[in-house]
Amino acid sequence: MIKVVNLSKKFGKLHVLKGINEEIKKGEVVVVIGPSGSGKSTFLRCLNLLEEPTSGEIIFDGVSITDKKNDINKQREKMGMVFQQFNLFPHLTVLENITIAPIKVKKMKKEEAEKIAMNLLKRIGLEDKANTYPNKLSGGQKQRIAIVRALAMSPEVMLFDEPTSALDPEMVGEVLEVMKDLAKDGMTMVVVTHEMGFAKEVGDRVLFMDGGNIVEQGTPKELFTNPQHPRTQDFLRKILV
Amino acid sequence: MDIFTNFAEFITKYYSYYINGTLTTLQISFFGVIFGSLVGVLLCLLRMSNNKIISSISTAYIEIVRGTPLILQVYVVYYGLPMVLPLPDSRLFLGTLAVLLNSAAYVAEIIRAGIQSIDVGQMEAARSLGMTKGMSMRYIIIPQAFKNILPALGNEFIVLVKESAIISVIAIPDLMYNADTLRGITYKPFMPLIIAGVIYFAITFTLSKVLGMLERRLAASDKGSES
Repeated sequence: MIKVVNLSKKFGKLHVLKGINEEIKKGEVVVVIGPSGSGKSTFLRCLNLLEEPTSGEIIFDGVSITDKKNDINKQREKMGMVFQQFNLFPHLTVLENITIAPIKVKKMKKEEAEKIAMNLLKRIGLEDKANTYPNKLSGGQKQRIAIVRALAMSPEVMLFDEPTSALDPEMVGEVLEVMKDLAKDGMTMVVVTHEMGFAKEVGDRVLFMDGGNIVEQGTPKELFTNPQHPRTQDFLRKILV
Repeated sequence: MDIFTNFAEFITKYYSYYINGTLTTLQISFFGVIFGSLVGVLLCLLRMSNNKIISSISTAYIEIVRGTPLILQVYVVYYGLPMVLPLPDSRLFLGTLAVLLNSAAYVAEIIRAGIQSIDVGQMEAARSLGMTKGMSMRYIIIPQAFKNILPALGNEFIVLVKESAIISVIAIPDLMYNADTLRGITYKPFMPLIIAGVIYFAITFTLSKVLGMLERRLAASDKGSES
């Protein structure tokens, strides 16, 4: 579904991604782990071109999105993204947050968009918050709504950029639950996270990144119980203690 | 009381100077605010353009306007511009042009600061949902920035009303010019100027109250102030 060919990204002199080759298949849940500064967030943000790659190619649904001839906005409609800092729109209500993109981008009728939004809100148990403004919500609620906002565009793939890192510990669970449900429904997901429990339970494949490369990858079982590369071993030893 | 009879006498004799002067000042301020804002928005867009050349021309313009005295700009526009551009030979037009070209630079900076005060995550979230840059600006960034911009913009309008007095140096009969004329006619140092001061104050104070009301109404309709 997403094919990454020799992806490289430099910020000035800093070489963040050093030629990544990867393919994400339909229905797969790929979890990306690694120490901070390893390039895992940059990798994710390159997938929908929030970061412009310095070189290399990204092919989504057979369309090269790095090719300037192709309209990136059309492709982004099919790629949902969830951010560490939620990035809900503070001047819009929860319902408007969810419906604005379907209405403005997909030209969906307001009633239809609202119906979809209410169904999604019901799914996460927040339908009573539809007319609330984001600043009245807890972090966990905000992030669940951010997920729903992305889902309202019916994306083919969901990208998660450390979705639980800015949350209070007691709110991590509710967000992970929503993500697990999504995975169960067969959503293709790429998740950058520090939640090893989630990686083990939900991930089909785990990528370990370090120094701008994918150092090692495998099923959660292979990677967590029998890491091959010394840097993977070192990283897992530090976090799992 | 002598002072009141003096005042009454003065006003009945010269009131038309004040009425005409006030109308001129209001006219210059009105067009200055409207066209100054429009040119300001344009300058701001140019400055934020991805094209380096366009953006640096706009930046240079803004820096020069902010870095030189308004009185100098008025002279340059009045004496200089008609020699290089086919502009109408009207004092009032050239005076207003000078004031609005000055105000535009400040408005551009106010708008730019307002837009850049919005977290980049807002733009990223909008873009990630498939919105174009223009849509993101229109539906997500500008509505949030507007609230930040309004107080500073109101302040700029008030400054413009006061600073428009400078165009009296090219003999446009605005409130300031007429007050000074009366000072010359009557040899009285205080009364003509103080009356003009009261009128200026009445205009700016009203403007300030109106803008304050607008801000409060905006704040009341916007319950979400942080994400």
